[in-house]
Amino acid sequence: MYLYDDLDRALLDDRVAEFRDQVARRISGELTEDEFKPLRLMNGVYLQLHAYMLRVCIPYGTLSSPQLRMLAHVARRYDRGYGHFTTRQNIQFNWIKLDELPDAIADLGKVGVHGMQTSGNCVRNITTDQWAGAAPDEIEDPRIFAEILRQHLTMHPEFSFLPRKFKIALTASAHDRAAIRVHDIGLRMHRNGAGETGFEVVVGGGLGRTPYVGKTINPFLHKRDLLSYVEAILRVYNQFGRRDNIYKARIKILVHELGAEAFGKEVEAEWRQIKDGPLALDAATIADIASRFSYPDYARLADDPTELSQARQTDKRFDTWLGNSVANHKQPGYAIVTLSLKPEGAPPGDATADQMDAIADLADKYSFGEIRVGHEQNLVLPHVAQHDLPALWRALDALGVATPNVGLVSDIIACPGLDYCSLANTRSIPVAQELTRRFRDLSLARDLGRLHINISGCINACGHHHVGHIGLLGVEKNGEEYFQVSIGGRADEKAGLGTLLGPAVPYAEVADVVEDIVAAYLELRERPDEIFLHTVERVGVEPFKERVYATR
Amino acid sequence: MTAPQQQKLKITGPVVVTANRLGDGAVVYLDVQGGWTTSLAAAAVTTKVDEARALLMQGLADDINAVGAYIAPVLRSPDGVLTPGNLREQIRLHGPTVALPGAAGM
Repeated sequence: MYLYDDLDRALLDDRVAEFRDQVARRISGELTEDEFKPLRLMNGVYLQLHAYMLRVCIPYGTLSSPQLRMLAHVARRYDRGYGHFTTRQNIQFNWIKLDELPDAIADLGKVGVHGMQTSGNCVRNITTDQWAGAAPDEIEDPRIFAEILRQHLTMHPEFSFLPRKFKIALTASAHDRAAIRVHDIGLRMHRNGAGETGFEVVVGGGLGRTPYVGKTINPFLHKRDLLSYVEAILRVYNQFGRRDNIYKARIKILVHELGAEAFGKEVEAEWRQIKDGPLALDAATIADIASRFSYPDYARLADDPTELSQARQTDKRFDTWLGNSVANHKQPGYAIVTLSLKPEGAPPGDATADQMDAIADLADKYSFGEIRVGHEQNLVLPHVAQHDLPALWRALDALGVATPNVGLVSDIIACPGLDYCSLANTRSIPVAQELTRRFRDLSLARDLGRLHINISGCINACGHHHVGHIGLLGVEKNGEEYFQVSIGGRADEKAGLGTLLGPAVPYAEVADVVEDIVAAYLELRERPDEIFLHTVERVGVEPFKERVYATR
Repeated sequence: MTAPQQQKLKITGPVVVTANRLGDGAVVYLDVQGGWTTSLAAAAVTTKVDEARALLMQGLADDINAVGAYIAPVLRSPDGVLTPGNLREQIRLHGPTVALPGAAGM
């Protein structure tokens, strides 16, 4: 956990007081909506279809138990008793009243949580691997560098009015769980031939209307240069990014139009002027930030304790859950536990206030008070002693967050869609709900293996449909809901965009179409362990296209 | 961006002016007295372009009670009952089409 200091607390207190005054002036009529809108957006307050929505960021996906309890309190006191975890490690409250927003934000500020820079053309919440600090294949904790970037880029005057929003993600593991290659800047920590630690710098990735996988402009950037190099990228973007056309304003368009090599040269030229200045990170600065993270005081434990093997033998459901939702930890005797927020028939990523409170209690009891939020819209308890897993599972099962479907067909990513969002063309949540019912048989789901379905209710792609193994994009045709279907996308270290299968299908047929695709996969796969994605890579999309459209 | 009063209006059926209430974002409709109501049945309805534009101007002029006024289609049954004219407006009026989680959904 990162420990806030007096400066952080003063900044949040000042912002709460400022926003309280702005809301009062809006309600009194002193501010018009045109004047107030950019101010509320700077605090994460949107006006959606039928209510205000507050988006709260969870930096690098890390929450303490008091912070999660405060989110539960806000959900219960100011909203309708639940929150929605998003694909960018944020949480959204859907029903907050304007005159209560300052109190809600003040309450969040008490535990160092806020909605600043969750909207607007600034650097948004900096995200990373939800297993950071716990993953066995991790080089260093990427959150230290995410925090350095967060501090530098929060309320940065030069980058508060960029051509468009800007998203940064980091990973420090070989397997990318943070989807860094579809971010404006993706940073992959690795070691060079000399054994030094640095970052591969990827720019110009993104989804939305014009999707791109990012391009590498620097294969190895030393840690000391991280801040100055990111500053140089942002300066080049700020100068050359298009402000005349909102659809061409993201950095991905600039990188595409200039070419990655030319863009990289511009960055290098800018960087040369600032690399040895005050933004250079010396070891002491990195160590200072690292020292403000508290780490668990692990007990000396052995892997595979007796209690665990006994429970696996005596309880099939526990054994199934363990095989699906529990991952290895870097510390012997510990494990990483994913909590599925995708039970059958529920909106993906939603959690009730009661669930949040209970999970905070379980985090205190079993995970050193830490909770993580992943971009797949699930939660994680990152540091659980293996001998506690049976007891933890019973508690999670009772809470409804132990469905053993993590990474499987019913672990669906979905945006809020037209049920909440003013930008959406179609609903997403009911499609996801229907698919979880169709694939309620978890034996079948396990037989299918890893299969990610991503659903977006509009071209803005908050549901990451381009990088779903099966991607569903809602479009409106003559007032009716239709879905474009693509397959073969992925968001990991081999990120790629899915291929559109053909004409959009009606809303009512989407679940049938997905079942057809899955049936085709079962016939086409060479072996039971050939996952859907690999079958698509081997045979192409044609056999799936034929299956879907043969009778339609 | 073109100002609402300068936008070309194309109306193919009955319309109302709708917005979100400032205090809580609730969906409201301009009524025949020029106030805002949460009841679609009480909304001012027109099928004429000039009247729709006038209603819109009236709605936009009130920047205190309602936000983001625009013209929305409605359907009128033979006995005069108004219903939203498309799915988006149905959801705005009736709320999400899915049960809300936890106690909120009961």
